Amino acid sequence: MSIPDGIAHQPRSGDRLRPTGCPEPAEGAQAVGQRQKARQPRRGERDNCVRAFALLCLLSTAPSVIHAQVTFERLLNSSKEPQNWMTYSGDYSGKRFSSLDQINTTNARAMVAKWVYQTGATGKLETTPLVVDGILYATAQDNRAFALDARTGRPIWMYQRQIPGDIRPCCGRVNRGLAILGDKVFLGTLDAHVIALDAKTGSVVWDVIAADYRTGHSFTVAPLAVKDLVVIGVSGGEYGVRGFIDAYDAATGERKWRFYTVPGPGEVGHDTWEGDSWKVGGAPAWNTGTYDPATNQIFWPTGNPAPSNRGEGRAGDNLYSNSLLALNAESGKMNWYFQFTKHDEHDWDATQVPVIIDAGGKHLIAQANRNGFFYVIDRTTGKLISANAYGKTTWSDAKDSEGRPVPNKNASPTQEGHTVCPGALGTTNFMAPTYDPQAGLFYVTARDQCDIFSTAPQPYEAGHAFYGSAYFPSEEAEPYRGFLKAIDPVTGQVKWKFEHTSPTWSGVLSTAGGLVFSGDAEGNFIAFDAASGKPLWHFQMGGAVYAAPMAFAVDGKEYVAIAAGSAIYAFGLP
Amino acid sequence: MSQKQPGRPKVQESPAQNVFSRSRIPLVIHLVILLFSAALGSYADDRNPLAGDAKAAKAGEYEFRINCALCHGLGARGGGRGPDLTRAVKKHTHSDGDMFQVISNGIPGTAMPSNGTNGQGVGMTDEEIWQIITYIRSQEVKAPARPMGNAARGKDLFYGDANCSLCHMIDGKGGRLGPELTSVGGSRTREAIIDSVRNPSRRLAWGLTEATKEFPQEYESVTVGTADGKEIKGVTLNEDNFSVQIMDSGEQIHSLEKDKLRSFRKSRESAMPKYGVDVLSDKDLEDIVAFLTSVGTK
Repeated sequence: MSIPDGIAHQPRSGDRLRPTGCPEPAEGAQAVGQRQKARQPRRGERDNCVRAFALLCLLSTAPSVIHAQVTFERLLNSSKEPQNWMTYSGDYSGKRFSSLDQINTTNARAMVAKWVYQTGATGKLETTPLVVDGILYATAQDNRAFALDARTGRPIWMYQRQIPGDIRPCCGRVNRGLAILGDKVFLGTLDAHVIALDAKTGSVVWDVIAADYRTGHSFTVAPLAVKDLVVIGVSGGEYGVRGFIDAYDAATGERKWRFYTVPGPGEVGHDTWEGDSWKVGGAPAWNTGTYDPATNQIFWPTGNPAPSNRGEGRAGDNLYSNSLLALNAESGKMNWYFQFTKHDEHDWDATQVPVIIDAGGKHLIAQANRNGFFYVIDRTTGKLISANAYGKTTWSDAKDSEGRPVPNKNASPTQEGHTVCPGALGTTNFMAPTYDPQAGLFYVTARDQCDIFSTAPQPYEAGHAFYGSAYFPSEEAEPYRGFLKAIDPVTGQVKWKFEHTSPTWSGVLSTAGGLVFSGDAEGNFIAFDAASGKPLWHFQMGGAVYAAPMAFAVDGKEYVAIAAGSAIYAFGLP
Repeated sequence: MSQKQPGRPKVQESPAQNVFSRSRIPLVIHLVILLFSAALGSYADDRNPLAGDAKAAKAGEYEFRINCALCHGLGARGGGRGPDLTRAVKKHTHSDGDMFQVISNGIPGTAMPSNGTNGQGVGMTDEEIWQIITYIRSQEVKAPARPMGNAARGKDLFYGDANCSLCHMIDGKGGRLGPELTSVGGSRTREAIIDSVRNPSRRLAWGLTEATKEFPQEYESVTVGTADGKEIKGVTLNEDNFSVQIMDSGEQIHSLEKDKLRSFRKSRESAMPKYGVDVLSDKDLEDIVAFLTSVGTK
């Protein structure tokens, strides 16, 4: 098979879309940004199209810094503007912590819904919105992106890139959000494009093809803007792609570097793959990493080796699958790596957000891993400090000399089926965790579920699912259990847990108001006391939660927002 | 360069095309066969080109595990929500062509989805579907499964001495506390039905399924104490972190907020009594299974 390489520029012809039913703009209107706005053709035809003019009205009443460019310096110093949420996890450290405290343990009970925005999308809505200077930017399924007035939820622009009928997303036509830098927002699409949109109009500024979607490449991740680069990782571990992390020039879309997460011939780690298995080795990079300005390192996690549930044919550790990579931001060169699950056969992607924590004078990075262990690593050296189970695990009873849990001999899938905990969905998964520096606790959504793994060998065929074994819920009568857990990263111990009615896919937010926010599978959005785990407030949103919450403020008022069902909800005090 | 990779268009291909496109048959013969297939029209669509091929059955077994076994069980003998496919007589399909249609398009009104709609990419190729059909055929029991009991007598027992209809409804007749059973005989194996009568708590039945929720509600037993000192016993119709909807043994529905209750106890001990052989003989139970099967496979 040939592995796609290089990028093809697709100059501005992309499907810059209007809301359904909007007519194509005139040929001459294919220009970008402000010019496009100035040449709005045929007024009557476009009346129904939600477009940027509302923005102008909004701006005249808006406070202070509206419209300043989102510079790298602003992203670096995001703690100075807690009213804004400018990256997927709220800041470069991945803490998903808001220092807003207007909503707090004493008044959370009074919270009310302020607005709801219906995206019109179906399936799982996994987006985390960004908010900058009163404008909320978010995504939805099927290559949608939009900007809303963060006070009212009213749309300012909407974009949708027409989706090919034969795309190959692993697990739903989902997207987890945007990055913002300068006057642009950045979107990865299900058909493997990286697209820059004008932040004020949603017009396509540049559009590049990172890889061929027909061979199973796609983007679901929220990109991360660092310096003048847009960093993004590919999905496709279920299709035998060769994973990579790309960095694009935010101004032009030119690709500045690509780090293949599976080393090629002659590269260090190549010998951890049997024969040609590296060519279809997987190790996708489908969740957003973090950035440490002090050492200029990007920390990006990687997913399962392919085929995801069968080790036969790819003997070896299969680097750099299921690893945390420390990459130099400018060059994309790797400083160190840490592999959580070697030679994985249970689909335990290590793609959970790696959270930068400073505790006890140590520079740490922590990850609640899908394999059921909570890892704390020295982020300067990549050396493991501790690994403790935070959920039901049966696959490892021992640790190696570095302290890394190692699999038991009988943990592999078998012909007749073998039960392993956690199951293929993991103790946690893509749901974003949070670290509250005030409480000193790491909060994560967890589940106890065991699966039977049964071999089902498949040959590799480009663009086809490539699992290698099947998994089913275990026959044990015990139902699956879902939790919100508070972990002390210093001891690795679970300090409190809240058991949900059923497992949830919601991420978690913590705030300086002493609150932790998360959602449940039954559609509730819940405020917890960060210290005790006691629910203080809830609201029934009418749709299951697959997204992570975030917080922002406009006009001095704090809001907490989350996606549920097909909609985005914003909550605040009355 | 990246756009040169030809993705094999799969969904659009006819079964015959698909199978032959992977073979090494010269193009001319390929075309002749295609024309021949086209001339025969529906004949080609109904015939499994892989019928009886042991290698295809093996490949089909693995495809079955990955795509079907979650509901239909390893070995195709039925699972928590899919019927036993090893029965020679199936409710929705007779020919291989029917089966191909059902796998491709799903069955409206049931949990059976159409191929490629689970959000996981483009679904199975036509060839893979035929492999699965070949596998299923290889697993079928040779003789049609004939009910071992007497359906007429089973009906009398169901509505009479065995008391099933106090809690279960069939075709609009019976009680509401337990699962409705009209189609159970078509979707569950004899062994599964017998087990759920003899050991009702081993696997609780599934109730309400919400579109965006991962798990259906189970028929859990529940006992609550209300603020005004009443005790309510019943089964959960639905539940979330803050509220619960209960049907009590008198078929009254209670909607309750958990934080207003004095006590809330759930149990995985089914509200259905355990029918041992002392209460219901093996023969009586076979008669009831025969009745359920006769209704469920109608």
